[in-house]
Amino acid sequence: MDFAAINPLIFFSTMVAASIPVLLAALGELVVEKSGVLNLGVEGMMIIGAVCGFIAIYNSGSPFFGVLASIVAGGLLALVFGILTQVLHSNQVATGLALTLFGLGLSALIGQPFAGIKPPTFPKPDFGFLGDMPVLGQLFFKYDYLVYAAFLLVIVVSYVLNRTRAGLILRSIGENHDAAHALGYNVVRVRLAAIVFGGGCAGLGGGYLAMIRVPQWTEGMTAGVGWIALALVVFASWRPYRVILGAFLFGGVTLLQLNLQAVGIKINPAYLSMAPYIITIVALVVISGSSNRLSNLAPGSLGRLFHKTM
Amino acid sequence: MLVFERRREPSRFWTAITPILAVLITLIAGGILFATLGKDPLEAIKTIFWAPLFDPDLSAYARPQILVKAAPLVLIAIGLSIGFKANIWNIGAEGQYIMGAILGGGVALAFYPLEAWWIFPLMIVSGIAGGIAWAMIPALLKVKFRTNEILVSLMLVYVSEHFLASVSLGLLRNPDGVGFPGSRNLQHYASASNAELFAGTGIHLGVIVAFVSIFALYGLIRFHRLGFQIRVTGQSIRISRFAGVNPNLMIIFCLAAGGGLAGLAGIFELSGPAGRLSIDFNVGYGFTAIIVAFLGRLNPFGIALAALLMSLTYIGGDLAQFMLNLPAAAIQALQGMLLFFLLSMDFLSQYRIRIKHWASG
Repeated sequence: MDFAAINPLIFFSTMVAASIPVLLAALGELVVEKSGVLNLGVEGMMIIGAVCGFIAIYNSGSPFFGVLASIVAGGLLALVFGILTQVLHSNQVATGLALTLFGLGLSALIGQPFAGIKPPTFPKPDFGFLGDMPVLGQLFFKYDYLVYAAFLLVIVVSYVLNRTRAGLILRSIGENHDAAHALGYNVVRVRLAAIVFGGGCAGLGGGYLAMIRVPQWTEGMTAGVGWIALALVVFASWRPYRVILGAFLFGGVTLLQLNLQAVGIKINPAYLSMAPYIITIVALVVISGSSNRLSNLAPGSLGRLFHKTM
Repeated sequence: MLVFERRREPSRFWTAITPILAVLITLIAGGILFATLGKDPLEAIKTIFWAPLFDPDLSAYARPQILVKAAPLVLIAIGLSIGFKANIWNIGAEGQYIMGAILGGGVALAFYPLEAWWIFPLMIVSGIAGGIAWAMIPALLKVKFRTNEILVSLMLVYVSEHFLASVSLGLLRNPDGVGFPGSRNLQHYASASNAELFAGTGIHLGVIVAFVSIFALYGLIRFHRLGFQIRVTGQSIRISRFAGVNPNLMIIFCLAAGGGLAGLAGIFELSGPAGRLSIDFNVGYGFTAIIVAFLGRLNPFGIALAALLMSLTYIGGDLAQFMLNLPAAAIQALQGMLLFFLLSMDFLSQYRIRIKHWASG
């Protein structure tokens, strides 16, 4: 066994890139849950984003269209969920599961002719001399555009949620939809907007996987990342910055497991592959069990049905 | 303008008719989907829904297969529906199914090549125990720490899949398998084999047990105090306390029911149709059963019908994959759509739609 074979610089930068899909998806779901809705269809929206982004970037050759297609596809699928749960009052758990099933199936259907093809390379920004700096260059200035966009999005979401009027309205609807309705806010419209935003983020997360991270289209390629994203929101106790922490932890463990195998540590690979899921469960337990202050962080109306009474 | 009025009670007419409507709309929408993807829609729909039942060359084989594939769906969905009624969301049945098969199969293989009458019952009980044990993890965490059972039970599916991979390549690997992954085939081990009961049909004991479980659930919900307590817990935990329900015991009971029946389905499948543990032993019955439970409206007879329908789409999907080169996952798209349409039409049974004028409003 030789730990020196793991280069910490490369490990860190790969970990950052590996955490982007789950980071984006979890950030979107965080906004959705803050508005009081639980969408279990993250996996389905991610994989639809993945296949649509891949087809768009492959056919147009343009990364911009790839990104756009991912976001729109995820958002559209989320809109289906939104209309079903918000307008037609269907059960959120069942609808979310249906969304995942449908997304997995539909993506396999439309992606069938695209399996195993390489997409065009996704561009990286050139930071000039910054990128040439010895350690910092490798750590901070060697990523593709979407990595920077994702971190910017975390800052924006955190700012909007906590420092603007729109964020206040969204949070109040999530805390107590009846009170927010009585104050004259349109609960259904705000929630629909949050759901579509969440879908767009999840779609982009999937798109990142297919266009940049892998980069290839394979049936079922999200492989449970959408579910991890759902757990991450709870892990982050509904705070945007903590989502980054959780995503790094998840990305790091996934990567560490590959690295440990590479340096020849004799652990059954199956047990290493379980690690991210077990750590997520442990984190869930710690958060839900630790104190009232923490467990009360969940939005008050999360998952509850809202029916407007005249 | 259109106004939605909540009905005092769900409309019986619409509750009964909407699943049928949902299936019909799924057929149409599925046809449109296949057409846009350049497949012949009539051919695809006919292969999936018609050929297994009525095609003269295929139906003799396919009809009993529908029952065989419906059995695990019924068993799992019956167990899950108990929890869903009480608002307890076990969505990790796939994992409980796997762990039931691993524990049951492991126990049986431990006695190989001993032949004895008690091996089969012991294997079945171990299968149930494996499923229950796996379901107790989310149950106890929920009782003790209020941890969300949806996320924990789901994470455990992935853990169990990796565990399955590890045992089928390691601990339970067939020592005489000349390097091939996977366990010994239980069909070749007479004491543990869940053999077919009617020659040539593939129908095994699990199908019979699934059938019995339908009536058992009906009896429980309709005539037993527990059935009432489950329903009250689903309405409101606070009210259920007044009805003498211990919410923590209810959580444990509901997850045990789901886990135990999923484990039972797993061990029947392993010792019967599947034969041996391998990486691809689980095929998603645990997830499809969730749809089955909803499609059947958490009603035991509804669940039976829904399971038969889902099983039909599985077999039809296999045919379509073979004959029309449709990807296997196309069936998931159809199943997802079916659930979408059903859930959206539930609205009709819950609400009355009226046209109101502004003046009279």
